[in-house]
Amino acid sequence: MVSEKSYAGWYFLVAVLVLYLLSYLLSPENAFAALEFFYSLILKLIPIFVLVFLLLALANYYIKPKMLAEHMGHGSGLKGWFIAVTSGIISTGPIYMWYPLLNEMQKHGMRNGLLAAFLYARAVKVPLFPILILYFGLTYTIILSLAIIIAAPLQGLLTEKLMELFKNENSSIK
Amino acid sequence: METELIKLSLIKAGRALWTTLPVLLGAMLLIALASSFISKSVYASVFSGDSFFDAIIAATLGSIFAGNPATSYIIGGELVDAGISMFAVTAFLVSWVTVGIIQFPAESILLGKRFALFRNITAFLFSILVAFAVVSVVGAW
Repeated sequence: MVSEKSYAGWYFLVAVLVLYLLSYLLSPENAFAALEFFYSLILKLIPIFVLVFLLLALANYYIKPKMLAEHMGHGSGLKGWFIAVTSGIISTGPIYMWYPLLNEMQKHGMRNGLLAAFLYARAVKVPLFPILILYFGLTYTIILSLAIIIAAPLQGLLTEKLMELFKNENSSIK
Repeated sequence: METELIKLSLIKAGRALWTTLPVLLGAMLLIALASSFISKSVYASVFSGDSFFDAIIAATLGSIFAGNPATSYIIGGELVDAGISMFAVTAFLVSWVTVGIIQFPAESILLGKRFALFRNITAFLFSILVAFAVVSVVGAW
């Protein structure tokens, strides 16, 4: 997990920039195409950035650790899974835009299984249903969506179980 | 008191975003780099014809590539036209959204290495299980 004092994020960014430098040496056209694509991504994601900022502020204002632990902590039960899957389905934008908010919620005691279920349920993209129906049909779209909704909590539980199973002091994975 | 609390919430939100900004920028730069260096024709050229083996290849491809899910629907449609099994195409569509190898460094920095590792492994396995379930049910429909 990233903390405010951690420099891991900056090291990662520098490593990616070095990769760009290498790709420029290999193929300047592709490197420039990548930068153009990055620029279009940034423009497209500005509204999501604003949304995430507002959600973070609202979460800081309204959500208290005790409350989060009650609704999405270890004792949250079915309600926690329902909230995680539903919010995963309605969340918009790319997956990585949600990492800051999830990082905050994880710090406040949100269950890892619920985090995983939230991320899995994001595969149900309601606004993109017309395209999915156009390519694969209505029946396929409905069954695929239902299968993902059923799989999300199961995958969350399995993630959590594996994390517990491999949690030992000698493990190199923290 | 209330205004102070709102101000504090906004400052905390800004600080949280600032802390994660290099990770988000890095992830976006990586996705852009992968999109421009990997040609779309790569997708159809790697399948074998065996539907189970193809599903594993498709889930692997979906895990590596990133971008708008609509792109995966379009590529999935092209794969179906190219004669690739629905089992493989479904595994590709599901893993595209649920598994993120390119986003893995960002996910492990922000949510923990162990979480990112096990979440991605299980999401990969579930993309094949979900594909099997969907194709079985749609086939029996």
